[in-house]
Amino acid sequence: MKRREFLQKSAIAVAGAAVAVSGVAVIGTAAEWTAGLKTLNPHEGETLLKVTRQIFPHDRLDDSDYIKVVQDLDAEGTTTPATAKVLHDGIANLDQSTNSKFITMSGDDQVAALKKIEDSQFFQKVHSVELVSLYNNHAVWKKLGYQGASYPIGGYLHHGFNDLNWLPEPPESASPKPA
Amino acid sequence: MARFDFKDDSVVVIIGSGAGGGTLANELCQKGFKVVLLEAGKRQSPATFRNDEWFAFNQLAWLDKRTTSGNWQIAKDFPNLPAWTCKTVGGTTVHWAGASLRFQEHEFKARTTYSNVTGANLLDWPLTLAELEPYYAKAEFKMGVTRTNDIPGLPGNNNFKVMYNGATRAGYKTVHTGRMAINSRPRDDRSSCWQLGFCFQGCKSGAKWSTLYTEIPKAEATGNLDLRPESRALQIQHDKQGRATGVLYADKDGKQVVQKARIVSVACNSIESPRLLLNSSSSSFPQGLANSSGQVGKNYMRHTTGSVYATFAKPVYMNRGTVMAGIVADESELNLKRGFAGGFEFETISLGLPFAAAFLKPGAWGRDYTRLLDQYPNMAGMWIVGEDMPQETNAITLNPAEKDEWGLPIPNVHYDDHPNDLAMRNYAFKRGADIYNAVGATQTIAVPPYPSTHNMGTCRMSERPRDGVCNKWGQTHDVKNLFISDGSQFTTSGGENPTLTIVTLAIRQADHIARESAKKNL
Repeated sequence: MKRREFLQKSAIAVAGAAVAVSGVAVIGTAAEWTAGLKTLNPHEGETLLKVTRQIFPHDRLDDSDYIKVVQDLDAEGTTTPATAKVLHDGIANLDQSTNSKFITMSGDDQVAALKKIEDSQFFQKVHSVELVSLYNNHAVWKKLGYQGASYPIGGYLHHGFNDLNWLPEPPESASPKPA
Repeated sequence: MARFDFKDDSVVVIIGSGAGGGTLANELCQKGFKVVLLEAGKRQSPATFRNDEWFAFNQLAWLDKRTTSGNWQIAKDFPNLPAWTCKTVGGTTVHWAGASLRFQEHEFKARTTYSNVTGANLLDWPLTLAELEPYYAKAEFKMGVTRTNDIPGLPGNNNFKVMYNGATRAGYKTVHTGRMAINSRPRDDRSSCWQLGFCFQGCKSGAKWSTLYTEIPKAEATGNLDLRPESRALQIQHDKQGRATGVLYADKDGKQVVQKARIVSVACNSIESPRLLLNSSSSSFPQGLANSSGQVGKNYMRHTTGSVYATFAKPVYMNRGTVMAGIVADESELNLKRGFAGGFEFETISLGLPFAAAFLKPGAWGRDYTRLLDQYPNMAGMWIVGEDMPQETNAITLNPAEKDEWGLPIPNVHYDDHPNDLAMRNYAFKRGADIYNAVGATQTIAVPPYPSTHNMGTCRMSERPRDGVCNKWGQTHDVKNLFISDGSQFTTSGGENPTLTIVTLAIRQADHIARESAKKNL
């Protein structure tokens, strides 16, 4: 796979899947959530949870938000054997290339380990799926301040489209009043 | 709605239902022509659109595989998605943001104005602004463009307030909410703008002009339009005299059928239009149909673009309201002292969080990037749109290595940035940052171009047949009853968003077809 092969069919398919399952993720203990994985074993699930958090680290997000990404990766691995292989091999390599298992490493060491493999098929797969899955999750939208669909409230016309008040109002010649 | 027989060779077949094809179809239907309109995509409506970036992308975008080459960054960031255009009834008018600016007089004379720019295949258009003005007026009236025809401008949103204050403090004078084909008042049986913030995902209020719910239903009401969605044109056929006789296409069930025609119009956007001509080669036209000049697919232009985003200490919520909510026009004027030919505009732009994550720094990851995304609510954005230089080597070609599901070679899109494009982009990045810094930006970021929504020039107009593919009416030099009706007929790109000019040329082309038909010349 070429570097940054994002917006390929895989990422696009995940976008649909992410819409379908958003809001459904019920997360318990590590043992509970990893037990629900179909293709990845518990250690692989735990590792991917750390990997996905290091790829797009947001302090405001919870593990549950990243677990949903791991579930989407697991789902793709279940329907696409090639993806399963990339994930299995990638995680094994990540553990083998360092002195300790990836999940026991410090955050800085995890970032350094990922930096070394950022051109790999494994990293690109996780990155491209996570990019769509994480940022298309409505729970994530809320935590990062994105408001999503406005049609249900009739648009922003009466809901703050021009409520910015820390700069002067442009003159009407530049910005006429709403009808 | 009309249904015409496959063997009815009195019909006009138009391929593509966007700004060019959709408009031409309506104009011809109003004049009494029978029109078969082939559209590769499905028919949606404001009711089926969704305020959801990824859903809409999958619903509307042209996702068939393409390959890329050249030194443009798109080839690295989006190797199989060089363009962000649509496969749906209404074409890219479903996705466009609505900015409707006329080209300027000097832009029709790029060769004369900029003289001989090294490496650029510049040519003057075979027409003038004066010839187009009455048609620009018709297009603006048809589309309900704000700040024309006594239609008030749209109210500015938060993103515009940041642009306005920053731009005026940075010394710019012409800053306003633009000329937009978005209703600021109810008009033409369509509502005024709800400030939804999802212009790119299909306008659910119907306030933004799109051929989907203006030209096409009006054409259907005449009884002269036979719209065939999910119909993929594969080849334009011709007779021994070199006249186009019909179009081979795959219908919604995948069955290949031929629709006979007396006139064929190609309006598939600037990648698929030349691809269709190249895929229509025959023993009489071995280089591809209408390609005696060798210029089919060449001179691909995509505007010099890029974006500048900035974060602020206080909230902006750029996602609220019209995406292109305002414009800075000062840099569009003819001014060769900046170190590059051509002009550009700044126009506000906004992305929702899903697409901001995907487009702000393609491929980025880690804490530096998420620190930026954490500030999403405090972010403002603007887009750069400027004239790019036509280069003969920037071209749509058939990729001999890969075929589509109908066995036809897929298109490869090659683009090298011209030094003039780079000089303009770097200047615009700097001036865009100046605008935001003037109102206290905490960080500005220069964002590389997105996949191209403005695609132009690959079947260009020329005075002499040897320099281009079609004449000033979009009629191909080689095949008299074959017309180019989309942005691929642009001789040069100008510095303005192309849709208004595409619609203008389509209205004018319909008059020409009617006139020549009456004289029995077609």
